[in-house]
Order: sequence, then structure tokens, then C-alpha cells
Amino acid sequence: MFNKGLRNILLTPFLIWAGLFIFIPLIFIVWYGVTDYGGNFSLVNMGLIFKHGYLDALELSVALALISTIICLLLAYPLSLILTERQRDNTTIISLLFILPLWMNSLLSTMAWQTILESNGIINQILRLFSLPTMQMINTPGAIVLGMVYNFLPYMVLPLYISLAKIDHHILEAAQDLGANSWQTFWRVILPLSLPGAVSGITMVFIPALTTFVISALLGGGKLLLIGNIIEQEFTFQYDWHVGCALSVILMIFIVLNMLLTTAFDPLKEEEDF
Amino acid sequence: MKFKILALVLVSLLTFGCGSGGGDKKENVVYVYSWGDYLDPETLKIFEKETGIHVILDEFDTNESMYPRVAEGAVHYDVLCPSDYMIQRLISNDLIQPLDFNKLPNAKQNIGAEFFKQSETFDPGNKYSVPYCWGTVGIIYDKTKVTDPVDSWNILWNEKYAGQILMQDSARDALMIPLKLMGKSMNETDKNVLAQAQEMLIKQKPLVQAYVVDEVKEKLINSEAAMGVVFSGEALIILEENPNMAFAIPKEGTNFWIDGWVITKDAENVDNAHKFIDFMCRPDIAVKNFDYLGYSTPNIAVKELEENEAYKNSPVAFPSPDVYAGQETYKYLGNEMDEYYNSLWMKIKVE
Repeated sequence: MFNKGLRNILLTPFLIWAGLFIFIPLIFIVWYGVTDYGGNFSLVNMGLIFKHGYLDALELSVALALISTIICLLLAYPLSLILTERQRDNTTIISLLFILPLWMNSLLSTMAWQTILESNGIINQILRLFSLPTMQMINTPGAIVLGMVYNFLPYMVLPLYISLAKIDHHILEAAQDLGANSWQTFWRVILPLSLPGAVSGITMVFIPALTTFVISALLGGGKLLLIGNIIEQEFTFQYDWHVGCALSVILMIFIVLNMLLTTAFDPLKEEEDF
Repeated sequence: MKFKILALVLVSLLTFGCGSGGGDKKENVVYVYSWGDYLDPETLKIFEKETGIHVILDEFDTNESMYPRVAEGAVHYDVLCPSDYMIQRLISNDLIQPLDFNKLPNAKQNIGAEFFKQSETFDPGNKYSVPYCWGTVGIIYDKTKVTDPVDSWNILWNEKYAGQILMQDSARDALMIPLKLMGKSMNETDKNVLAQAQEMLIKQKPLVQAYVVDEVKEKLINSEAAMGVVFSGEALIILEENPNMAFAIPKEGTNFWIDGWVITKDAENVDNAHKFIDFMCRPDIAVKNFDYLGYSTPNIAVKELEENEAYKNSPVAFPSPDVYAGQETYKYLGNEMDEYYNSLWMKIKVE
């Protein structure tokens, strides 16, 4: 589209941005992660993942992030399908339903969940009103998953909705003309064509869910530590940058793994064959 | 050509930087680095008006986050307000300088002798620090829910109150409790004893509703829990808001903490720093800060000047000396021991 000179000029601001604020900080993190206080190469800090039960925290993080991602996908997929079928008049509803919650500070909405789930919170007060037994909801893994799903659901819906809305109606009609029933149309046509949206949705939910520390701190009551909380504590409380960075690098490995897995299933690559 | 332009830009940036830097130096300022929201902002205005010294205030939220910023000297602060054990750490690493008490008449006159005496545990000879706030740690409990007498840390292990207990989310404050219960020092360094203390906290974890920091106030005001471990200053605020609550200091002993003013080694405005610290010890200013904060003050002139009767007669704000006499204060245990405490605590939290 652009000639080479123009392209380079247009690209320069981003490259400078990426270099200063993405690449150099990454190098710092890795460098801090593999050195000790004296600045010598050391993998001791990396090895800490096997101590103090940090591995349990990592396992819990991966498990909760996976569960949240699956719930988001199960909630978002039918919803996006229904919304695309009534495409014309729905764009405003879409933006209202899914963009509006994003305008609200996620910290505030998580704190709102806190007051809803607390033992004297809104749900339990309603239960008490009907003389029903109250439930312990806050400070449980379930509360954290709920917070994750609430916060990250829009990131699943938006790419899914866009990829479903992009599917040409004529393709669906052609499928029906060729004798496919609605299940076959869904399984053989709609699902494969919506996979790119699902893949980016999964990535956009799984990664923030894996790294969050705010949601688990507010809804887990400090009793359930995710790997994000441990990294946060290393930086803010213990002020040990080396351990914090080493754990961040380990977490990054999981993120890269997730991205490799998702791109392996990305059908966009196959499209190049057409 | 390109290089020339770059060089020009760099040179102009540098001269601009120097120019503004030089300008700052001539100004009459004092750089203060203190806990977040730890001063009545009005007192700073009065100070500036009276002395013409401009106060530049930065705030920290933990002693641990303050320390490296001072140690690395990225920013030159003149006055700091750390806690007891952190003052000891700053002294042992030669980062703060002895005060000139001739320049601090208000401190000499108004700060109670018992607080200077207690300060000696972390500042031998009282050379480096002037106490600003102090307090204890105790159990605040809901009288309508807790039927047993609250006079021992033991009640935090009572299964009757499962899910109704709030604990402090910090290594030293959490481990202090089982250590005191065992009759040990809160500055214990024997790893066997510490392992036992850790074991007790792990056993207690199923009973704990949450490990909290600042949010403890909110939760207890809203009667979210039956009891919680709180600092006396927080207790004062909770008691004011929730009349069902009562505060008790367990018989096994508690932490007598002191936050104090110190002057950094490389302070550039030493005179102004002394003026600032002395100003903070002036009775009329100390009263304003006490009303604003609710933390007990070592300033003996405050109680007479205090106008809020509820505060003035509160045994939490102005405890009788037998509450804090003979109590321990945290000491700096060295880097290695600090890390050991933290690792014990992390293990409890992920358990």
C-alpha cells in the first residue's frame, strides 16, 4: 500500500515506542530474573518457584484462569450467535452491554462484588430476609472465578461477535442449499469460521486471568494466593526485584505456551492455502 | 548534520536541566518522605506561612518500599518518618544522621520521657529519632457476638468463631501473635521457635475469614467479622463508628510500635529539617495531627489541648502507662532474618 520510505517513516514512532516501553523493560525483567543481588548470573531466584509452596500458587492460578476462560467461552459463544442473527438493530445494544462495563474501573466493579458476596453482603441479606441459611461466598476460589468472568467476559464476546458477524450470509445459505441441517451448518461452517475470534478471545481472557492480583486480593481475602499476588508482594512488600522478576519470567513462559498453543489451532494460517 | 541536531537537542536539554536544578537549590525547601496521609495538610500550610520554608511531601505505604528509595539515593529527602525497626535498619546502614537537639526545643519539652526510653530499643541514646506516633496492637471484637472474655490471643484459635476472625496481612504482625502466646520475644530468631509459630498460624488458617491490611476498618465497622487484630489507632476509628465493638490488649503482651522523625545522612536542608521536626512537636500542631490521624501521640501536651471529649477520655487514644509499660518493640533482625520471616509467612498464605 505504501512505498518503502513512507512505510519506514510511519513505522518509526511505533518502533521507538515498542523499543523503549516493551523491549527494554522485558530485557530488564529477564536480566533481574537471572541475576542475584551482586549482579552475578544465578538461577537461584528462578528455583524459588519450587519453594514456599509457590508452585501451588502457580497451579491454582492456571486452574482458575482455565476455568474462567472456559466459562467465558461457554457464556459468550451462544450469546454472540444470537446477537449476530439479529444483526441489524443490535449494534447499539452490543456497545451498551459490552463496552459500557469496560468504562467502569475494574477495581470498582470488583469491590462491588465484594459487598455483594460478603457474609453481611447483599445476597446473604436477601437470604436472611427469607430465613434461608446464609452462604460463605467471599474468600473462596469460586468468588475469584466469578470476579474473573465478570471482568473479562467482554474480551471474549467482542472478538467472537466480530468474527461471527463477518461470516457471509451467502455461505450459510449455500450450506443449506447443499442439504446441511442447522446442526451441520453450525458444526461444519460457523464453528470453523468463528475459530479465529474464539482463539483471540481465549488469549485475551486467559492471560489477564492468569496474571491478575487485584481480583484475587479483593475476593480471596488474602487467603488464596495466586502467582500474581506473590509477584506483587515481592515487588511492593519484600522489595526483592530479583525474585519478582524471576517469577514473572516463569509466568511469561506459560503465556508464551498459551500463545503457541492457540496459534497452532489458528485456522487463519490455513486460509493462506486458498 | 543529523548528529549536530541531536547534539544540539541534548545540550539544550542538559543546560535546561541544570538551570532548573540550580534554581531549586536556592529555594527555601525541605523534602519530607512520610507515610501516606500521615499529617494534617493544614499544618503544612501553617509551617510554610510561619517559616517561609516550602515543604515538598512524598508519601510511602510500607517501610519496605521506602527503604530502597532512600538507600539508592535516587531522590534526596531531608526528613523521613519510618517505624522503629526501620529506623534501626537506617542507623545500622549509616543512612541517617544524629539530630541536634539544641535545635529541637519543642521535642525536648513535649515528647514524653517514656517514649524516648522505649525508642532506645531501636535508637540507643536517642541520637537519631523523635517519636511522632505510637500505638499497640490488640483485638477488637463485637460484644454482641463474642461471649467469651477477650483477654488472650488464644481466642483467635477458638473454633467457635470460625470464619469470623480477621488477621493482619504482614509477616511480623502475624508471627508476633503466636510468639507472644508461647511466651517468646516478637524479635525471636530461633528457627525452631519460629517454625512452631508458623505451625500455629497454619492451624489457625481455616478459622480466619481474611488476611487484611487497611480494609480491616471497613469490615469491622460493617460487622463483617466477630473480631480482628488491629492497631490501636484503627481501633479508635472503629469504636467511634460501631458502638458494638470493644478493644482489648491481650495479657500475653503486644507490640509497642513507634514511628519517628529522622534526618537523612545526605540531607541538603539540615536546618530546615530540624525546623520541620520541631514544628511537628509543637503542642498546637500535634493536636491538629492527632485529631486528623487518631493515632496516639507521644506529645504530652496534647491531652490538655484536645477538645474532642470522646478522644480525650478514650483509654484507647490515651492509655494508662501500665498498658504499654514493659511491652516489646520490633527490632531490625538483619536482611537474612527478614527474608526468613517473609518466607514463613508466604508459606502460611499459600498453604
